[in-house]
Amino acid sequence: MASNAAVPFWRAAGMTYITYSNICANLVRNCLKEPFKGEALNREKVHFSISKWADGKPEKPILRSDTPGV
Amino acid sequence: MFRQASRLLYRSAAAGSSKSATARAFSTEVPSTIDSTFVESWKKVAPNMDPPQTPSSFMKPRPSTASSIPTKLTVNFVLPYASELSGKEVDMVIIPATTGQMGVLPGHVPTIAELKPGIMSVHEGTDVKKYFVSSGFAFLHANSVADIIAVEAVSLENIDPSQVQKGLAEFTQKLASAATDLEKAEAQIGVEVHSAMNAALTG
Repeated sequence: MASNAAVPFWRAAGMTYITYSNICANLVRNCLKEPFKGEALNREKVHFSISKWADGKPEKPILRSDTPGV
Repeated sequence: MFRQASRLLYRSAAAGSSKSATARAFSTEVPSTIDSTFVESWKKVAPNMDPPQTPSSFMKPRPSTASSIPTKLTVNFVLPYASELSGKEVDMVIIPATTGQMGVLPGHVPTIAELKPGIMSVHEGTDVKKYFVSSGFAFLHANSVADIIAVEAVSLENIDPSQVQKGLAEFTQKLASAATDLEKAEAQIGVEVHSAMNAALTG
């Protein structure tokens, strides 16, 4: 039951395929010419608001955003 | 009472139908005939209930493979935010698979290929359209349809060569000074992607 196929180096280092793929995509986006670079980075902006619930009521939400101040 | 029926049926029919069940386990075709032994035993025990459906009965049958190889390859090239090519009929695509540049012609053997950062070229007559693909997968089906999915695909003229050189130098340096496995992996990815972009621009 030892490792059968040769695993890719990123999986051997504990990374998943999605992480690898997203890193590759980000690197490519950063090497684009303007205005494509601006468009691409704008497109990939995310905004999260996460709140844990206790006693049926939401607690103070945690904001994670690429657009600060929103 | 009927709750036990399936358990008893399974036990009694296990010897008879288990062979057919395991033989079908990896079948590539939706079985057009239902397992008649099972249906008969079911009718005996529960004549008023319909035999249960199986997942295969809900599946659409696979698109049939044409008996002669089609002249054109149908390409669907999608990105998470846009559909780059949808049902486009082309002569050939060359995809950057992890096993090397793979040329796909109509009638290609069904394949699932993982893509590495590299150039994908779509050939239609004398037109060649090139994209730099960051990574993704290509599903080549038996009916000469190719579904290619990538996270990021850009035209070569939109890549900034000076950024590529800068990135390559930066990640080569990071690779040399990396400590943990994860840092090494990230630096290695950086080197690979930038080298691929460099080769795409100069090659």
